[in-house]
Amino acid sequence: MSAVSTGRRVGTKVFVAAGLLVALVLAGFVSYYASGSPDGLEKVAADKGFDAGAEDHASAGSPLADYGVSGVENARLSGGLSGVIGVGVVLVVGGGLFWALRRRQAPEDAA
Amino acid sequence: MHVPDGFINAPVSVATGVVAAIGVGVALRGARRELDDATAPLAGVSAAFIFAAQMLNFPVAAGTSGHLLGGALAAILVGPYTGALVVAVVLFVQGLLFADGGLTALGTNITIMSLVTVLVGYGVFRAVLAVLPEKRVSVSVATFLGAVVSVPAAAVVFTGIYAIGGTTDIPLGSMLTAMVGVHLLIGLGEAVITTATVSSALAVRPDLVYGARGLRKPLQIIKVSDSQGAAA
Repeated sequence: MSAVSTGRRVGTKVFVAAGLLVALVLAGFVSYYASGSPDGLEKVAADKGFDAGAEDHASAGSPLADYGVSGVENARLSGGLSGVIGVGVVLVVGGGLFWALRRRQAPEDAA
Repeated sequence: MHVPDGFINAPVSVATGVVAAIGVGVALRGARRELDDATAPLAGVSAAFIFAAQMLNFPVAAGTSGHLLGGALAAILVGPYTGALVVAVVLFVQGLLFADGGLTALGTNITIMSLVTVLVGYGVFRAVLAVLPEKRVSVSVATFLGAVVSVPAAAVVFTGIYAIGGTTDIPLGSMLTAMVGVHLLIGLGEAVITTATVSSALAVRPDLVYGARGLRKPLQIIKVSDSQGAAA
């Protein structure tokens, strides 16, 4: 038996909030330090010469294209902001979908 | 591994679109059984986390990088059906807003980065868990192996799709070797990130980790102990 207290458990809300906070820090701040090298597929495509077919992206004109915010000059701010916006959009789209799909339960305790 | 427009020809892009649509349809049905009031927000945050993690390219070899795909991670955290939807939502937003992954290639991208990674990653995870003792460390080991295999598996399937519908004529053998080689390295990064994330969740709230639900839980107050020897 260890001296760790057994009573306190991290609540689900706190757990979910902590996960979201980590995502925001990663996308908003840490992303600036990510490697700028081509990824595995891009590299192989360039090496083997099958990148010839690649076309411009239909959303290339999007204000968030390539993980920046158009009009924001500062690279750190632009990338970080786009990451935070992306986290928010994914959370709303995904969260909304999963909330709509969930099994409706009778509330076990009147909160 | 986001495939841009123009890599895969139109007919095969339509075909992968059909495969992706069927896969997402199956996932939508299955996710209803996995999601409840507690897990739905968790799935939403998992999607946000994977979006964030995919921005973090890590170097794997000279002049090459990779990033988390997240299929194995999502499936282990919130279940395979929901996990496939988690990655599909991320890919959808990336393609639509961030010009990352072509819109005509969305079917291809969902097929390789959502369906294949979940099927292979979660399949390996379950298979490994079945032969290991019912312990928390077994979940971490199975997580690592599922994640590490899922990435080269996606690379193999992409190469197969390219063999059928690629827009250039290149020797497929050397392409397969190159794709699998670099994605084995990326898979190691995937496994490290996935295992760290799952282990962190297990340490705090093991009951919220879908893949750990098979672990027998005593119905009394759980005593936290670090004993390696005797089973509690």
